[in-house]
Amino acid sequence: MERLPLVMTAFSIALIVAILVSVRREHIRVENSVSWLVAAVVLLFFTSSREMMGLISSLLGVPDPVIALLIVWGAVFIMVLYRLSLRLSYLKDSNIALTQQLAILEFRLESLDEKVKKTAD
Amino acid sequence: MRDEMRDELMVLIPAFNEEGAVAKVVQEVHEVLPGVPVLVIDDCSSDATVHRARSAGARVLELPHHLGLGGAMQAGYRLAFELGFDYVVRVDGDGQHDPRDIPKILEALKRRDCEMVIGSRFAENGGEHSGAIRALGIFFFRAVLRPILGKPVHDPTSGFVGVNRTALAVFSRSFPLEYPEIEALVVLQRKRFRFVEVPCRFRPRRTGRSTITAVKSLSYIAHVLLGVFVNVLKFEGRRK
Repeated sequence: MERLPLVMTAFSIALIVAILVSVRREHIRVENSVSWLVAAVVLLFFTSSREMMGLISSLLGVPDPVIALLIVWGAVFIMVLYRLSLRLSYLKDSNIALTQQLAILEFRLESLDEKVKKTAD
Repeated sequence: MRDEMRDELMVLIPAFNEEGAVAKVVQEVHEVLPGVPVLVIDDCSSDATVHRARSAGARVLELPHHLGLGGAMQAGYRLAFELGFDYVVRVDGDGQHDPRDIPKILEALKRRDCEMVIGSRFAENGGEHSGAIRALGIFFFRAVLRPILGKPVHDPTSGFVGVNRTALAVFSRSFPLEYPEIEALVVLQRKRFRFVEVPCRFRPRRTGRSTITAVKSLSYIAHVLLGVFVNVLKFEGRRK
């Protein structure tokens, strides 16, 4: 259990670096990286400070600070994933609407072309 | 466009990789209802569905990406609504629905004070039964929908449906995407619309296999139940 905070600290740092590299390479949009960066920085802050871990553990009523930290970790990532699900649903709805509209416009354009050809004949 | 389609009725045929059956379905519709516009909604098929449908005399709405049945049907409803049609009947592209029953559905839509008509395989004398799993699913959904709809529905999974312009307006804006048949009933009820069932003939698929396999059934039930529950949460009251 003593090693777990160190592993979580290392993971938080790795996550921050990965996000920054992705933003730099334009693999992830800045607005989408903010949730992950905030989550990673907050977790880094909690895991790197024994006092903060003790505070969380007393606030949550969990005797073991490491377990309390894991609960916070889980909650933060669930919140980030929930936010991403909302975003994903919105994008899927937009894609469906755009796909339908594109198909309808193509259909109407073809119909118009046929009409013009008939009139020309 | 509307000039070429003077009739009040449009027949929609959603199709995904139905090259083996779609042409025959279109021909049958033309035989039963000469001059009625038939629109095949191609859900980005990778086979010759579009070509076969056009050769048989249908107009084709080609979706550039695969949207699934609900997304494809909503595209068809949107186009039919924009073109000003008063009635739309959906016939599946796999040949399971007998187009000779379309006039019966249209007649019920016009005469029976309702917004949607379901062509039902069980509405009379118990009707014909499909596979055991599907029959079990239908039995389950009947029980779930009975208190929500305030009346029994015999064939909640039937895709052989007709809608009038009022329902068309709703479906063109909002239509369930993944498993639309059952959720559409709840959407209608939410809007205080009415539906009736008329007995219709159902035939075995001409080609291909149903997308609802035994393995997918549990996932289907869970998805549909969630969809029904979400729609119930949006309930606006029941028609007296």
